[in-house]
Amino acid sequence: MKITLTINKHAQTVDVDPRVSLLDALRGELGLTGSKKGCDHGQCGACTVLVNGRRINSCLSLAVMHDGDEVTTVEGLANGELSPLQAAFVEHDGFQCGFCTPGQLCSATGMLGELEDGWPSHASDSLEGGYELTEEELSERMSGNLCRCSCYPGINAAIRQAAEKDGAA
Amino acid sequence: MSLDLKVDGQSEDRAEGYAQGILGTPMDRPDGEAKVTGAATYAADEVPEGCLVGMLVRAPGHGRIEVLNLDEVRNSDGVRAVIRDPRMIRNAAQGTANQAPVQGVDKADYIGQPVALVVAESFETARHAAHSLKLRTDGSPGIVNPEDAEPEGEPDTTTGDLDGAMSSAAHSVDVIYTTASSVSAAMEPHATLAWWDGDRLTVRSALQMLKYNRNELADSLEIDPENVRLLAPFVGGGFGSKLGISADAVAAAIAAKELGRPVQVVQHRRQVFETVTRRSETRQRIRLAADAEGRLSGIGHESLVSNLPGEGFAEPVAQATHFAYGGAHRVIGERLARLNRPAAGSVRAPGEAVGVTAFECAMDELASDVGIDPVELRLRNIPDKDPESGIPFSSHMLERSLREGAERFGWAARDVAPRARREGEWWIGTGMAAAFRVNLMMEAEARIALSPEGAVVETDMTDIGTGTYAILTQIAGEALGLPADRVEVRLGDTTFPPGSGSGGSFGAATTGNAVWLAAQEIRQAIAQRMNCDEADLTLKDGTAICGNESRPIAELLDGGSLNGHGHVTAGDAFSDVRQSTFGAHFAEVAVNDVTGEVRVRRMQGTFACGRILNEKTARSQCHGGMTWGIGMALTEGLTHDRRDGHIVNRDFAEYHMAVNADVPPLDVHLLEERDPWSGPLQAKGLGELGICGAGAAVLNAVHHACGVRVRDMPATPDRVLAGLE
Ligand code: FES
Ligand code: FES
Repeated sequence: MKITLTINKHAQTVDVDPRVSLLDALRGELGLTGSKKGCDHGQCGACTVLVNGRRINSCLSLAVMHDGDEVTTVEGLANGELSPLQAAFVEHDGFQCGFCTPGQLCSATGMLGELEDGWPSHASDSLEGGYELTEEELSERMSGNLCRCSCYPGINAAIRQAAEKDGAA
Repeated sequence: MSLDLKVDGQSEDRAEGYAQGILGTPMDRPDGEAKVTGAATYAADEVPEGCLVGMLVRAPGHGRIEVLNLDEVRNSDGVRAVIRDPRMIRNAAQGTANQAPVQGVDKADYIGQPVALVVAESFETARHAAHSLKLRTDGSPGIVNPEDAEPEGEPDTTTGDLDGAMSSAAHSVDVIYTTASSVSAAMEPHATLAWWDGDRLTVRSALQMLKYNRNELADSLEIDPENVRLLAPFVGGGFGSKLGISADAVAAAIAAKELGRPVQVVQHRRQVFETVTRRSETRQRIRLAADAEGRLSGIGHESLVSNLPGEGFAEPVAQATHFAYGGAHRVIGERLARLNRPAAGSVRAPGEAVGVTAFECAMDELASDVGIDPVELRLRNIPDKDPESGIPFSSHMLERSLREGAERFGWAARDVAPRARREGEWWIGTGMAAAFRVNLMMEAEARIALSPEGAVVETDMTDIGTGTYAILTQIAGEALGLPADRVEVRLGDTTFPPGSGSGGSFGAATTGNAVWLAAQEIRQAIAQRMNCDEADLTLKDGTAICGNESRPIAELLDGGSLNGHGHVTAGDAFSDVRQSTFGAHFAEVAVNDVTGEVRVRRMQGTFACGRILNEKTARSQCHGGMTWGIGMALTEGLTHDRRDGHIVNRDFAEYHMAVNADVPPLDVHLLEERDPWSGPLQAKGLGELGICGAGAAVLNAVHHACGVRVRDMPATPDRVLAGLE
C-alpha cells in the first residue's frame, strides 16, 4: 500500500506491505535506523517516536495506519546542532551502549509535552493538571523506556536540565 | 616494532607526571554525538541492497526434530530457503571459547534451541514462514530440575575441620540461599549481517570479544579464520551475553553462502532469552563459625549450579569467598547439575554477582547473632593476606570503602534493632554489604599512528557501553600530549590488532595498557628526534618539550608519521599477589506491611578499582551495577517450567528488570587508588564490582526494616509477605 508520511519535516511516500510496523518502515523502507527494535512487543520503548507530537511505541503500530501523519524520529531532533536534550544526554552520560537512547530522547521530548499539557500520571496527586517535574513524576513517566545499562541517574539529570533550560519545569 | 610487556611485577606510575591532564577526567564520550543522533550503527542497522532476511525457528520440545511441512514452506511466496544445517549452533558460545560450541539441528537438547533458519525476501515473509513451519519432537525432557540431577564436582577448598569449628563456635550461621536463573537482557538483541566475497566472509554482529568470536565462527563453519572479518563498531550492551558467537551469526553466514546474497538474522527478543546463555540459578549453603566477638574461625560456601550437557562453564559462585574473609576451617566450591534447560554462561560478574550477594546476606545474619554492627563485623574479619594461598594482596581497600561509605550514607544514625522505624504502612530500614570482585588481565594488542593531524588508535576491542572509545582516547591523548579531539579511536574490526575484548571487567585495563605501550613506543621515537631521554620528555597540546627545547610534534614528524604497537599479557603479578577490587554498598528501603512490596529509597556505593580512567563513564558503570543489584534482590528471575525446563517468562513484560521508577538516587563514591601490580596504568576493572553485593545491601535493609529474612531471591512481595505476621 502507498502511504505518505511527513518524517522529520519531509513528506515521503512509501509503498509498504500492510504487515509492516511503523518501526520497520522507518528502519527499512525509509532507512532511518536510529529508532531501535529491542523487543518488537511494546515492552522496552527503544522504538519510541513522536507521531503528531505524541510518543508511541512504533513497533506496536502498523505503518499503513499513519498515512498523512507527522513523525519525528531521533534523526529529526537535532537542528543543525544537538538539541538541548541531546546535549544534556551527552553531558550527563545519559547512556552507555546507546541502544535505548533514541527511544529515551523521543520519549522524554513527548513526556515534557504531556506534562505541560497537564496529563496526569500514576505519580500525580490529582487529575487536575499543573504538574511539576518532581523526581516521582519524571521517573514514573519515563518508566516505559528500559535501559539495561541502567543510566537512569544520567537520563533523569539530562531531562531535568533540558526542561529547566526550556522553562518547562 | 612493538613494545611488549608481560606484567610480572609492579609498574611505575608514569601517567602521574604527564602534562596533558585528560586521563581520569570526566570527559564526555567521543561517541556521544553519534549515539544521541541515531547515527551510531549497531549490528542490525546496515542493510545492503538485495539483503535477505532470516528468522530462526525454535524447537518446541526435546529430542529428534521432524519438520512436517518443509516443502510447503520452502515453496511459499517470497521464501528463499529453509536451512537446517548441521553446522548451526545449539546455543551461544561461552566466553573465550575460541572454538565452535555444540552444533546440530537434528535434535533439541532444550526447548527453544534453534533448529532451522527460514530465509525470505522480507522480514514479514520470513516471520510468517517461520511461524508456519510445523515441527514435531519425540524426546522426553530428561532432567530439568537441579534437585533431580546427580551433581558433578567436588569443593575446591577443604581445609581444617569446618564441622568441628561450627560445633565449638560461640556464634554460627548455617543457611541456604537461592538465587534465580537470570539473563543479561542487553537492549540490543543478538543480530548478524553476513556476506561473502568468494571465500571471504564479512560479518557485522553484536559481539563482545572479536578475536575469539572470529575463531568460533570459523570453526563452526569449518573455514580458515583468516577468511573471516568481524565488525562491531557499536554494541548495544553485552553483560556477558555477547561474549561468544550466537546462533544468528552461524546461521546467517551459512545462508549467505548458500544463497549468494547478504543475509541478515536478528533474533527476536523471545529467542534471545532462550538461545543466549543465562546466569545459572544457584543454591548456596553458607556456614559461618565465629567467636564471641564475631571473628570467623570457619567458612563454608557450597553451591549447586546448572548447565546443559556439553557446556564447560559452571557459575563460579564462591570465587571471592576464597579470599574475602579469614577463618582457618574452610569448605568452598561448586557442584554442577547437568540439565536440559537453556545453556548457562557468564552474566555480569559471573560468580561474585550471586556469590557475594548471598554470602553478604549470611554475614548480616551473623552480625545479628553476635549482636554487633554489620560494618564492624566486616572490619573484624579483613584478612592481612590471602587466607588460602597466603600471598599478599596487591592492595586492600575494604576498610576504607566501608568507613567512607558508612560516613557518606549516614550509617551511624541507624537504629540497631530491626522493626524500629515505621511511616504509615511502610517499615523503613537500612542495610549494607561488602563488595569484592577478582581483578583479571588478559592479552591485548593495539596500534597507534601519529600524524601531524593527530593520533589514530586501532584495536579490535569493543565498546559495549563501557566507555572504551572515551578511555582509549584519554590514554593515548595523555601519553602523546594531544587533546581529545586530536585522537581518533577505531574499534570493533578484526583487521585491527587483537584487543582483549570486553568481559570480566578486564577490557579497560588490559586493552588500555596495550594502547599505553603503543604510545610509549612513539614517545621513545619522539625523544630520539628531540635528542633527549624519553624520561625527560614532556608532551602537551601537540608540542614536545625537553629541557629548554620545545618543538611542535607535527614538525618532528617531518611530513611522515610515527607508529607504535603495544602488546600486553598478564604475568606473575597475577599469581604472586592477590588482585581484587573492593567496595561497600549501603541501602535504605521501605517495606509495605500490607502488600510486602519493597521500594529502595536510596543507595550508596563506594568502590576502589585502582586508577579511574574516566570519572564519568566509571560512575555510570557503577550506577548500572547497583541497579542490577536492585533487580537481583527484588524482581529479576527466570521461571523454568518444572515439567520441561522451558523459560516461561521470556520477554520484558514478564522478566522484570529495574525500570526508571525503581531506581532511587544512587550515590557513587570512587576511591582514588593506584595499584602498581595491575600494570602501567595502575587501573583495575570496575564494570562488575557495582553488582557484587548490591542486592545484599537491599535484602539486609529489608530485614532491618521489617524483620523478614528472604533467602530466596528475588524477594518478590509474596515472599516478603510470607514472613510478615
Ligand atoms: S521495540 Fe517497541 S517497545 Fe520494544
Ligand atoms: S544505554 Fe544501553 S540500554 Fe540504555
